[in-house]
Amino acid sequence: MNKEWPLWEIFIRSRQGLDHKHVGSLHAADAQMAIENARDVYTRRMEGVSIWVVESKHIHASNPTEAGELYDPANDKAYRHPTFYDLPDEVKHM
Amino acid sequence: MEKNLEDIFQDKIDREIRIEPKDWMPEKYRQTLIRQISQHAHSEIVGMLPEGNWITRAPSLRRKSILLAKVQDEAGHGLYLYSAAETLGITRDEMYEQLHSGRAKYSSIFNYPTLSWADMGAIGWLVDGAAIMNQVPLCRASFGPYARAMVRVCKEESFHQRQGFEILLTLSRGNEAQKNMAQDALNRWWWPSIMMFGPTDDESPNTIQSMRWKIKRFTNDELRQKFVDICADQVKILGLTLPDKDLTWNETRGHYDFGPINWDEFWQVVSGNGPCNRDRLNARKKAWEDGAWVREAASAYAEKKKSEQKVA
Ligand SMILES: [Fe+2]
Ligand SMILES: [Fe+2]
Ligand SMILES: [Fe+2]
Repeated sequence: MNKEWPLWEIFIRSRQGLDHKHVGSLHAADAQMAIENARDVYTRRMEGVSIWVVESKHIHASNPTEAGELYDPANDKAYRHPTFYDLPDEVKHM
Repeated sequence: MEKNLEDIFQDKIDREIRIEPKDWMPEKYRQTLIRQISQHAHSEIVGMLPEGNWITRAPSLRRKSILLAKVQDEAGHGLYLYSAAETLGITRDEMYEQLHSGRAKYSSIFNYPTLSWADMGAIGWLVDGAAIMNQVPLCRASFGPYARAMVRVCKEESFHQRQGFEILLTLSRGNEAQKNMAQDALNRWWWPSIMMFGPTDDESPNTIQSMRWKIKRFTNDELRQKFVDICADQVKILGLTLPDKDLTWNETRGHYDFGPINWDEFWQVVSGNGPCNRDRLNARKKAWEDGAWVREAASAYAEKKKSEQKVA
């Protein structure tokens, strides 16, 4: 008999005001259990104030071998960065 | 083509770029990592047993809370590591099966018995100490999920070692019987602890490849020497001794020399003939089998809730 509990990805907000961040994964029968297990596995030292759990099969990821083409459009657009612009030193507060 | 991919892979590693689960990797790298990470996970899980033995008999509520927290951490370490291994394409059940069937190894240190309370001190100081020595460099391992798991593990380990040292310190400042108990624990745990770093460098043929792949950063002998040097100094604070008459400071090497390791004993324990090998495996198998109905019930409950949601 082989029926593994599904795998869940765990995201934790470490402090109010910060984003949830991926911390790892674990197995659980359902979402409620995933949250409870995540509390025990990933927040034993008050590392979190909020937990998100997502079943791993629902995560879709970009393909690393296509990274070149995927990010290519941003490659030649240095003008999107403030450092691209040469302004005289006299200009303050910009 | 294959060759080209290998070159790109090794080049990333040489430039300290982490490998992530979906990146291309040589099959040998994948298999080596699965073995290394799952064995490490098994060690964390089996490692709960010798200390679990003393939870109900801890000498005070303070010590009991601490020991419980430590053992619970070890369970967590096992889980971090199992998840990291799963990203390489092996399932949790497969790993359990390998452990339960005896095909997978775990650290042989956990096949020694915990005979007295002082053993909790010796394990914390020496066994967790040796583990930390091994694990800190792994925080920079080339495989991302493994390195991240090790960062979390290492953060938690440091209290493990300190609480162990504190137990020994307390005993060493106690009455004669307590002091003797602490010394006896050191006498039994010292040699198995320095065996934890594995066979000598000339007996570990895989070290070179593992170092090239950066899933190992120092050789067994380098780490062992570092550990001996640190412990040889710390034991003085305890007013106790390490059971090695050859342990002496070597001015020219800048290290402590130490006596020969009994590798026969090491290989005996690795191959299943240590004092507790059978007990440890049986305890794991029993826990797995006794938990079967819980796993099934939880799955059934989750299924039922899902179908109720559909109806509503
Ligand atoms: Fe651990
Ligand atoms: Fe460990
Ligand atoms: Fe530990």
